Amino acid sequence: MTIQFGNPDRPNSYIGKTVPRPNARRLVQGRGVYVDDIVLPRMVHVAFVRSPFAHAKINSIDAEDAKAVKGVLRVFTGQDIAEVCKPWVAVLAHLKGLKSPPEHAIAVDRACWVGEPVAAVVATSRAAAEDGAALVDVDYEQLDVVTDMMTALDPETPVLHPEMGDNLAFRRLHEQGDVDETFRTAHKVVSARFVTGRHTGVTLEPRSILVDWNPAEEQMTAWHATQAPHMIQTVLATHLDLPESRVRVICEDVGGSYGIKVHVYPDEMATAAIAKIMKRPVKFIADRLESFSSDIHARDHQIEAKIAVGEDGRILAMDVDDWTAIGPYSVYPRTSAIEGNQVVNLCGGPYDFQNYRARTTVVFQNKTPTCQYRAVGHPIAVAITEGLVDMAAAEIGMDPVEIRRRNMFRDDAYPVTSPANMRFEGLSHHASMDKLLELMDYDGLRAEQAELRKKGIYRGIGIASFIELTNPSPFMYGIGGARISAQDGCTVRMDPDGSIVALSGVTEQGQGTEAMLSQVVAEGLGVSPARVRVITGDTQVTPYGGGTWASRGAGIGGEAALQAARALRDSILEVAASMLQADQAQLDIRDGAVVDSTSGEARMPLEELGRIVYFRGDTLPKGLPRELVQTRHFITSEYPFAFTNGVQASYLEVDTETGIVKLLKHWCVEDCGRVINPLLVDEQIRGGIVQGLGGALFEEIHYDAEGQLLNGSMADYLVPMAAEMPDMIIGHVETPTGESLLGAKGAGEAGTAGSPAAVMNAINDALRPMGAQVTEMPFTPERIVRALGTLND
Amino acid sequence: MTEMFRDKIDISLTVNGEPVEARVPAGQHLVDFLRGELGLTGAHASCEHGVCGACTLKVDGKAVRGCLMLAAQADGADVWTVEGLSDLGAIKDLQDVFVERNALQCGFCTPGMLVAINELLEAGGMPSRDQIREHLSGNYCRCTGYEAIVDAVESVARVRAHKGAA
Ligand code: FES
Ligand code: FES
Repeated sequence: MTIQFGNPDRPNSYIGKTVPRPNARRLVQGRGVYVDDIVLPRMVHVAFVRSPFAHAKINSIDAEDAKAVKGVLRVFTGQDIAEVCKPWVAVLAHLKGLKSPPEHAIAVDRACWVGEPVAAVVATSRAAAEDGAALVDVDYEQLDVVTDMMTALDPETPVLHPEMGDNLAFRRLHEQGDVDETFRTAHKVVSARFVTGRHTGVTLEPRSILVDWNPAEEQMTAWHATQAPHMIQTVLATHLDLPESRVRVICEDVGGSYGIKVHVYPDEMATAAIAKIMKRPVKFIADRLESFSSDIHARDHQIEAKIAVGEDGRILAMDVDDWTAIGPYSVYPRTSAIEGNQVVNLCGGPYDFQNYRARTTVVFQNKTPTCQYRAVGHPIAVAITEGLVDMAAAEIGMDPVEIRRRNMFRDDAYPVTSPANMRFEGLSHHASMDKLLELMDYDGLRAEQAELRKKGIYRGIGIASFIELTNPSPFMYGIGGARISAQDGCTVRMDPDGSIVALSGVTEQGQGTEAMLSQVVAEGLGVSPARVRVITGDTQVTPYGGGTWASRGAGIGGEAALQAARALRDSILEVAASMLQADQAQLDIRDGAVVDSTSGEARMPLEELGRIVYFRGDTLPKGLPRELVQTRHFITSEYPFAFTNGVQASYLEVDTETGIVKLLKHWCVEDCGRVINPLLVDEQIRGGIVQGLGGALFEEIHYDAEGQLLNGSMADYLVPMAAEMPDMIIGHVETPTGESLLGAKGAGEAGTAGSPAAVMNAINDALRPMGAQVTEMPFTPERIVRALGTLND
Repeated sequence: MTEMFRDKIDISLTVNGEPVEARVPAGQHLVDFLRGELGLTGAHASCEHGVCGACTLKVDGKAVRGCLMLAAQADGADVWTVEGLSDLGAIKDLQDVFVERNALQCGFCTPGMLVAINELLEAGGMPSRDQIREHLSGNYCRCTGYEAIVDAVESVARVRAHKGAA
């Protein structure tokens, strides 16, 4: 079976077209249903008492005053919760040597970061629960803290978890070729120290969960703002000692996720445990300060890296020494070693060279745990690689585009295996670069830049090529022992009136998953997308699947939907052939009707077929299969990941007096394989770019030396707002993956992966006449004027 | 009188054109009152300190942060939420273009965004893209990248300006 995706005139051509999102209308009218919008009978609210110290022993907890607050029902300590909720250990077998101690839902006798829950107060209103929480009196004894990642392994630094022996969570060294010799003999060697600030996701909807335990049915239902409902079902069942079949996780609308909502959070587990103990619905909605101190953080890396190039600009070798700190625990169940691991896997990504060494060192510390956030590890690896490539180009006097051209894998070179041992099925670096240069008028911009420079206006152009890992196989988590599904499923059903319902294991947090699925099912089946209702985010209803992370919704969930739709089409045509006494191969479904496939002549509307199958089955031949519901599952099998590629460019102006960067324009060309809905893909990329621009220019979580969080509000942690953001031009090259019929790869993270590097290179391009350079993100005005030497105290 | 009673205040106001009478805790924010007591969950609470704009409401004709205003302060006020503006059809052109242009992803920022934009559009004229961006600089959207929102506002402003001129 083939679909001629290239032919826009094919019947039922919805894949590749912009169709409206079915859930958008609801959301613009304020009819969305987010967890906090749900109210259940007998519902109570929980607020957490959180550690004000980065490291402290909990000697005792006095909850008498809290319990006296009107509306407060109960106060729980770590010990109370531990009785019903088993602690977890977040390691993966394939990340050799990764260690992490058991973590409790509420700290039992020691708090390890500012914001770790140490007690929970349950009340009839959130306000009363907060009032109660403020009155819980915890007797802390402060302990020594570990905050600086670079000294975490020094002998004089205290060991955070004595039973672990040291503060090393994970270390991996990858080496290929003769790195030292190549550096010794190379034409030029350029080195730099890169720093990427500690970020967090700042989802507009804070983390939210509402859990009901119904002891009469022995059923737990959790309405949860999560990206991975089946994973959460499994985790709740495992740690609260329930059969998996008795846990149901429902995601209605989810207000942003970006990887932040794909992890297991102690306070959310505690909420479920409290529901089980109190036998009633318990709601937890994080407030903004809690979000800053307890949502996972990411990207806190310090890197020494160097590159060796030949006279001709060929990359000869790269050497990367990456350090990161993950807080006191590896985050369950994905682990916090993945980000550093990705840096090792992704550095040098677009380039064809032989000698590569990369090491990542992941240490424990007393700060909020870090874990996977949009484009895990990518912005770091792309910044290192593209930063070095630009510096090398400047050193040998070559244009940044030219040096990339000389090193990128040829578009006809695939399949290839990179020096980091990543297998690439088919990428399009050169075609993407061609398209980018055309979109941005590279030569024109260079001329404008030179002209303005004469007038003392410093503009810069920054280019960043990148690869992005999408459609993960079990090689990401499954082989390490985590119960995180790389497979996904879709059930497609036809009802008596000919309407179609598609139930999918992938989820919607605004990406447009449901629109994408409706298009795929519509085309696969032969109906209009408006006839397809998509249901996601209910573990009791949809096939078991992984949910939405690592840009897998379209590539994995979309393919399952396509196959299920095609299977249902076959079932429908089998019934139709019998009813119409026709050859099944001569029939097709177009526009909601069974038609003759050659002439296109209508033979029977689907409504009529539905009426007969459901209500007049007596008129059909005995034994005729009449399954108007089909389920298919999909998992990739040839490649561990479907890599996408792309290239971004940033054009900006640096005010050399104030250090303020003004973004003028941004371009991104991405190859995500088959584009299912161009508008939605473009907006995913734009949203991703802006998240990367935030990381490049504004966002940084600050701590003091004692591990105190210094900027826990949206007024202090700067996020991109409309006024500072540029317009963005998006282009595509399509190299479909051969792993699936659909050919879709992921598109959700590309924007974030490449934009910080593009901005860094553009700033450095602007500053080059002054001999200044920045490599420490975010590039705040202060860092820029320091680089310029005008501020040096 | 119990303590409970002393910190409660009687208010009467109109919400989405309907009269409302209530006894509210003195410290309750307007957005919490609308969401919790009236079930008007369109306006959202996110930052809870006036930075993100998710809670934006129309109060006595002006776009106001529902997390910075107390319910008690709304005594006598005329309050509109996205639900009411939708029912009236007051922002239908804007909502249509939002859907068409995909100027929303998760939709959590959208109700507040629409109320804020409505204020700009009601001022009339044809704002530039920079002015639109400036006006929206109190409304945080983590999903979209803002460009689609700016496009949507620009095209509705153009149509409205055209209609006004005709
Ligand atoms: S919740 Fe009111 S401005 Fe953010
Ligand atoms: S659409 Fe998600 S925050 Fe704006």
